[in-house]
Amino acid sequence: MELSGGHIVVQCLKDEGVEFIFGYPGGSVLHIYDAIFHQDDVKHILVRHEQGATHSADAYARATGKPGVVLVTSGPGATNAVTGIATAYMDSIPMVILSGQVPSPVIGSDAFQEVDTVGITRPCVKHNFLVKDVHDIAETIKKAFYLATTGRPGPVLVDIPKDITDPNIKVPYKYPKKVNMRSYNPVVVGHKGQIKRAVEVLLSAQRPMIYSGGGVILGEGHKELTELTQMLGYPITNTLMGLGAYPATDKQFVGMLGMHGTYEANMAMHESDVILAVGARFDDRVTGKLAEFCPYAKIIHIDVDPSSISKTVRVDIPIVGEVKPVLEQMIDLVKESKLKPSKPALEAWWQLIESWRSVNCLDYDRGSLFIKPQFVIEQLYEVTRGDAYVTSDVGQHQMYAAQYYKFDKPRRWINSGGLGTMGFGLPAAIGVKLAFPDADVACVTGEASIQMCIQELSTALQYHTPVKIINLNNRYMGMVRQWQEFSYQSRYSQSYMDTIPEFVKLAEAYGHVGIRVEKPADVRPALQEAFAMKDRTVFLDFITDRTENVYPMIEAGKAHHDMKLRLAPGTPLDRELS
Amino acid sequence: MRHIISILIENEAGALSRVAGLFSARGYNIESLTVAPTEDASLSRMTLVTRGNDEIIEQITKQLNKLVDVVKLIDLADAPHIERELMLVKIKTNAETREEVKRMVDIFRGKIIDVTPASYVVEMTGQPSKLDAFIHGFEEDSIIEVVRSGPTGISRGEKGLHL
Ligand SMILES: Cc1cc2nc3c(=O)[nH]c(=O)nc-3n(C[C@H](O)[C@H](O)[C@H](O)COP(=O)(O)OP(=O)(O)OC[C@H]3O[C@@H](n4cnc5c(N)ncnc54)[C@H](O)[C@@H]3O)c2cc1C
Ligand SMILES: Cc1ncc(C[n+]2csc(CCOP(=O)(O)OP(=O)(O)O)c2C)c(N)n1
Ligand SMILES: [Mg+2]
Repeated sequence: MELSGGHIVVQCLKDEGVEFIFGYPGGSVLHIYDAIFHQDDVKHILVRHEQGATHSADAYARATGKPGVVLVTSGPGATNAVTGIATAYMDSIPMVILSGQVPSPVIGSDAFQEVDTVGITRPCVKHNFLVKDVHDIAETIKKAFYLATTGRPGPVLVDIPKDITDPNIKVPYKYPKKVNMRSYNPVVVGHKGQIKRAVEVLLSAQRPMIYSGGGVILGEGHKELTELTQMLGYPITNTLMGLGAYPATDKQFVGMLGMHGTYEANMAMHESDVILAVGARFDDRVTGKLAEFCPYAKIIHIDVDPSSISKTVRVDIPIVGEVKPVLEQMIDLVKESKLKPSKPALEAWWQLIESWRSVNCLDYDRGSLFIKPQFVIEQLYEVTRGDAYVTSDVGQHQMYAAQYYKFDKPRRWINSGGLGTMGFGLPAAIGVKLAFPDADVACVTGEASIQMCIQELSTALQYHTPVKIINLNNRYMGMVRQWQEFSYQSRYSQSYMDTIPEFVKLAEAYGHVGIRVEKPADVRPALQEAFAMKDRTVFLDFITDRTENVYPMIEAGKAHHDMKLRLAPGTPLDRELS
Repeated sequence: MRHIISILIENEAGALSRVAGLFSARGYNIESLTVAPTEDASLSRMTLVTRGNDEIIEQITKQLNKLVDVVKLIDLADAPHIERELMLVKIKTNAETREEVKRMVDIFRGKIIDVTPASYVVEMTGQPSKLDAFIHGFEEDSIIEVVRSGPTGISRGEKGLHL
């Protein structure tokens, strides 16, 4: 089959089984867009800003496990995509970005809409390519998908100069079934000896903790993780990225750990003597003060990326490999082992954990006249029966969603953890809804974040992706305001906007439904009404308590046992804190 | 500690910038870096001198290995190895100093490869410390120019860094 470069690009995507490309046209990709026009297999989603394309594709990948695909033009198209590429990179999300480039002969001449896309994106992609010959397109795209989806996943960019897609130059096309790269051989199964050692240490533990992260979701290891955890009867905590890998409603789950994690999770980490870290990367929002991180613990760490191991925290038993096969091996060894977890030790450990749990650190004022953001999330959880896909922006609302929506399944909680990108939530919700048209999809956001990609409301109408926007409108950049309250004596420098749009009208202007909710009693009915409108995008503008803060909190530079709790004087919390 | 890392890397446009970019992005220091194609034209060999404690060096080698273009690497400092650097030095001379300079060059087993009435160009290879010693043997104002390649290295014994 002889095809031009533009058609080869589209044919490669078909052969790769790509359902959607999220993109925006421009001069350097017009040949590719013409090829898109000639077919219907790969559906193109026309966003309103390239950042939206990257977040939609990214969330599609997070929800489905399949790589997200983006197509942008050269220059501003590529630079607009950078935030979304970096977002995917920080959270290890498989994504393939195709960017147009100026024609090869003028590269380097400051041509119209020329930027060094490979150079600009190099630090925030797993790898990138500049295609120099039409004959190389198919193999390069195959490599891009291979790299994006194997090992530690990540975004891969392919920069394609316009002349390479010239409709008049046709070459034979064949999509490679497989590619081999001598310089890239990710490890899959773990070292047997190390796994054996790890299981011995794990079974001899007195105060064990399982700390699991995004890698379990990326590597589809949630079933194995759940099985191992329940077999052992050990407490488990998840990172923000790992929520849903272990059912949050199970009693062995002690909540999220880290800066805004639960009291019980952080205290248990601090007191633990053996920690099994699975697909988590000891981020600074998790560890707090490194010098005082888990002072009594031997640490076992399973990660597919050797550079994640002993990067910030020295690990005692490293295991390089994919979570799924490694956990399977561990389960087998635990079954075979004569060593059993010590019952009395475990009972005493659970008793201690229950005492921390009884502090009830996520409790809040339920009698308030104002709508409490936590209450909205609790109601969202109930109204959607805990079964929605929840995307989020960045700020206090993100933490409330993570703390109060109990995720029992993986891939349901979709947020930007590593980069913390405001603007992620709405395009992410669109990407998820395209993948799962029958599922409930909620975007939890704030009045500041939502304005960063608000234009995608228009995309939502065009492609009929009826998502529900849960705007926790506190009239502040709440997370910034909270830090200013705690660390800058409440000098609220630039964390407040004097002019906030009327979101109901805005939603209507974009062709959607808008509902403003001001009283706690109206929260549940409004949510029910919104989710009953199966075929409409609904913007719910909840006017929430503007003084509310996210608790618990480990302030920057503090250790796990040094948490700031929300406490009413005279409650048992005082005792715990002293 | 000083480490000398030898890297086989795909001979692709941009491969060098990936390595250099990694060092600047992560705040690692590079003392020197040499690159040239190998006998296999599809591969380049890079020799990189860096400093850091064990943890930093461990991260550097892991991060380098993670670069998709990097095929293989070794830390030469882990085992017995040989290090050599090439230096070209332009030295001021006159009728009085010529003999003395020549004697110095002989002692250090260098070669004089260009001569004018007022200057010599000296070529010398060796351990970086030997090259330093040669330079320090002269008055500062008698040195016109110094060009150094940065060290390259190879391990001792029959084993080599191959695919
Ligand atoms: C406002 C805000 C507040 C935050 N507060 C918190 C907080 O309180 N608590 C918290 O936990 N986070 C918090 N975060 C998120 C934090 O910044 C990090 O993004 C997060 O902690 C990282 O999660 P993770 O360790 O699970 O790693 P991820 O970023 O999910 O990385 C996954 C790890 O798994 C590995 N991996 C990938 N695939 C596999 C596989 N198949 N097999 C084995 N390993 C694999 C990767 O190599 C990597 O090391 C916050 C973020 C924001 C924006
Ligand atoms: C693109 C971007 N710019 C700035 C920040 C820093 N930042 C983190 S949270 C936040 C405020 C978010 O406000 P809002 O969306 O209203 O959420 P709230 O915290 O009030 O729930 C800001 C500015 C960021 N994370 N992303
Ligand atoms: Mg706000």
